[in-house]
Amino acid sequence: MKKYFGKVFVAAMVFAFAVSMMSGVGLAADTIKLGVAGAHSGDLASYGIPSIKAAELVVKDINAKGGILGKQVVILAEDDVCKPEVATNTATKLLSQGVDVVMGHICSGATKAALGIYKAENIICMSPSATNPALTQSGDYPNFYRTIASDDAQARLEVDYALDVLKLKKIAVLHDKGDYGKGLAEFAKGFLEKDPRAEVVLYEGVTPGAVDYSAVVQKIKQSNADVVIFGGYHPEASKIVMQMRKKRMKTIFISDDGVKDDTFIKVAGKYAEGVYATGPRDTSSNPLAVAAVEAHKKAYGADPGAFFLNAYAATQALLNAIEKAGSTDYNAISKALKTEYVETPLGKIKFDDRGDAIGIGFSIYQVKNGTYVEIN
Amino acid sequence: MDYFLELFLGGLTRGSIYALIALGYTMVYGIIELINFAHGEIYMIGAFTALIVISVLTLMGMNTIAILVIAGVVAVIYSCAYGYTVEKIAYKPLRNAPRLSALISAIGMSLFLQNYVLLAQTSDFLPFPSLIPDFEFMEPYAHIIGSTEIVILITTAVVMVLLTILIKFTRIGKAMRATSQDKTMAMLVGINVNRVISVTFVVGSATAAIGGVLIASHVGMINFYVGFIAGIKAFVAAVLGGIGSIPGAVLGSFVLGWTESFATGYVSSDYEDVFAFLFLVLILIFRPAGILGRSEKHKI
Repeated sequence: MKKYFGKVFVAAMVFAFAVSMMSGVGLAADTIKLGVAGAHSGDLASYGIPSIKAAELVVKDINAKGGILGKQVVILAEDDVCKPEVATNTATKLLSQGVDVVMGHICSGATKAALGIYKAENIICMSPSATNPALTQSGDYPNFYRTIASDDAQARLEVDYALDVLKLKKIAVLHDKGDYGKGLAEFAKGFLEKDPRAEVVLYEGVTPGAVDYSAVVQKIKQSNADVVIFGGYHPEASKIVMQMRKKRMKTIFISDDGVKDDTFIKVAGKYAEGVYATGPRDTSSNPLAVAAVEAHKKAYGADPGAFFLNAYAATQALLNAIEKAGSTDYNAISKALKTEYVETPLGKIKFDDRGDAIGIGFSIYQVKNGTYVEIN
Repeated sequence: MDYFLELFLGGLTRGSIYALIALGYTMVYGIIELINFAHGEIYMIGAFTALIVISVLTLMGMNTIAILVIAGVVAVIYSCAYGYTVEKIAYKPLRNAPRLSALISAIGMSLFLQNYVLLAQTSDFLPFPSLIPDFEFMEPYAHIIGSTEIVILITTAVVMVLLTILIKFTRIGKAMRATSQDKTMAMLVGINVNRVISVTFVVGSATAAIGGVLIASHVGMINFYVGFIAGIKAFVAAVLGGIGSIPGAVLGSFVLGWTESFATGYVSSDYEDVFAFLFLVLILIFRPAGILGRSEKHKI
């Protein structure tokens, strides 16, 4: 009896495995699988959750019109909590579920970690928010696209604004030691050093999550900087700004789109007033953007969060490319992304050879009366 | 010289933040030799409770000082309840198990409480109002040290003195010392050891809650993760000062705060943690039991 049991067990396992394989194939033929990866929980969830909602809205629209190439689109959402070590698992999990294209990830570090895995399997990945320049400029990841301009564009704008518009000279550059913040700070420092009008009086990395930043704030004061250019995310930025203002310092604070988030204003409150941050150009007058925001309000009863429109555009661009390519073949989609224009809430876009979107840029914003206002 | 003084005061504030949390760590360790990793989470729960109470009371339009006192009291009561329950659920059944089991149970409790608050509240950072008003007489010095920082410093000193008095001069303190020396013997002479340990946890949680309210109103924001980071640093401070010793925890916290502050000020904040931990290693090489710790002779 015992002897037979072993064989029967093996046979049953093989059978079960075969069935599961077949069902996998069956599913793949019926639907197009759109992976949505990013921070869906944790500290930075406020950057990632809007991207799921954007994908859901676009997919609902497209499925209602009959889908793509006659197939319905399904979303496979996976969380990477913005951590590179988690993102590799996220990517592997999506691949094992048989995704056709991936919209994500959200943070640059996590995106970079996941990209190698997608590249090995010829899967296209389009991020609504990963702005690290090397992702496209290094040429290492031909499978990567994004619907947001890269960090050096932001650093350039921050430096130009500080020097040309605000006419400031002494500049302190800070960052949070992360891929995104440090990358941006290094670009800003590079641009400043080439400019004879500017003097970099301080260049430092702060420890993310530290209980307070009083020593760094004292150091900024000691350096007599006119302005702080900060590369990083809002939790550190709000702590630094609050401590500077509590120490009665009036040093101007310029930061990036990691800080151009309403959570920053909510947390820093009155201390946020006057802070500058670069962020994606305001597209709220674009009728498609208005429609997308309206759809979000109708479906979820609230205003959309950060990178919502970028994610909306990325989803549209990916699905449009699959439709134009006529298949989910890697080369065909790549070609379609680079040649076919698509109408999105961010305007009419296609992608250049490196994977950056043509026609997307940054503006500078300032906190006035508790909201970010675009400055022209 | 001004710069030195500013860094000194900055380090002092940071040190007293660590100290408020480290006191609870060191006290629990002193009595039952358990590193209570959930202590940072009790601190975080204290801050969250205070935030909820503050939001409700602000809507009712009470004045700031009253809000601060009520929020503080509610946070202390709530945190004490948590501390008491955590001890009963996670540590008491393991009282006679190997010490490693209790340590793992503590880490599990810490993760559980973090995720519980994450699910029950939110993952976002929440603004925490600064409850301590800017004192007018402080205004000329506001660029060096703020009112909240002064309050934190004074509170740390007061809590330290009260704990020392509690342990050295009261009946329950005597029972605590007896329990820490020899649990079985203490039981034999009629001390209710379980009650003593419960009281230790409740007192430790109360200090954590006070710390939570004050530190959150200094930093201005909280989320479910604040307890973990602050807890780890406070734990390091307690070890540095000699775990189990109450003045040691405060001294260790100040040393850690100053090391970080001066390393940032005179070298670079990139190396803040490097210097802090280098210093820890150096001190532990020369004084393995910490600055004020006594290496106990083990009974044969």
